[in-house]
Amino acid sequence: MKISKDRLELLKEIMALDFSLIELNLYLDTHPEDEKALMVFKQYSCKSRELKEKYENQFGPLTASNGANREWKWIEDPWPWEIDYEMGGR
Amino acid sequence: MWIYEKKLQYPAWVEGGDLNIAKLLFAQYGGPDSELSAGIRYLTQRTTMPIPQAKAILTDIGTEELAHWEIIGTLIHKIIEKATPKQLEEAGIGPHYIQHGKDLYPHDAAGVPWTAAYIQALGDPITNLHEDMAAEQKARTTYEHLIQSTNDKGVIETLSFLRQREVVHFQRFGEALRLVQEYLDRKMYY
Repeated sequence: MKISKDRLELLKEIMALDFSLIELNLYLDTHPEDEKALMVFKQYSCKSRELKEKYENQFGPLTASNGANREWKWIEDPWPWEIDYEMGGR
Repeated sequence: MWIYEKKLQYPAWVEGGDLNIAKLLFAQYGGPDSELSAGIRYLTQRTTMPIPQAKAILTDIGTEELAHWEIIGTLIHKIIEKATPKQLEEAGIGPHYIQHGKDLYPHDAAGVPWTAAYIQALGDPITNLHEDMAAEQKARTTYEHLIQSTNDKGVIETLSFLRQREVVHFQRFGEALRLVQEYLDRKMYY
């Protein structure tokens, strides 16, 4: 399913940012004393929250807890497996 | 608990048309070294880990594996969704289509259903972490075999991402193993 260019770009930016957070999360699990990594994690985490709020206001909820607007937007298509990501990570 | 986020971990895309790779991708959906096995294995083993770092790494990698399972499912779904029953039959997905339609189902590339016998949990953190490191290497090799078996640029790109995650997980499990060993050594001396 095609989604608008704006939406796809913002979604991919969030996906990339959240991936970096997972990578840092795993690294910090075994290097909890690494202050530099912790600082980068905090920065990315802040940026991710910011972009998610923007995405959810414009295009709909990413989690069910943010699913209620004037109507129940959570069930709206497309679901992640239906989206045409076009050229993927590039 | 877990919370679903309406996004994939990686923007899985396919050029489409390679039904043969869809059949083979089931290796990572429901095979012995699949993402499903990985997720269940780590989340099952985490309760007996003796140190915080190891409890965290099994929880977090186990969770990431479920996101990878979703990516593999998405690749298969995207490749088979527009295929006709005849095309599926010709690609060797006929038996799957008869029993499951175009639903995903956790079986391996040859149709053998997933079983908990693919994984172990011995209650010994050293033994379990060794199994986990071996599992990451087996999954990495499986991804290499899959990448060699298709020309679809989207599938190759997505599988290359997943292959790289196996390498990182192996590294993190190795560090967890060292930390657990150090912890057990300290316990013996004092």
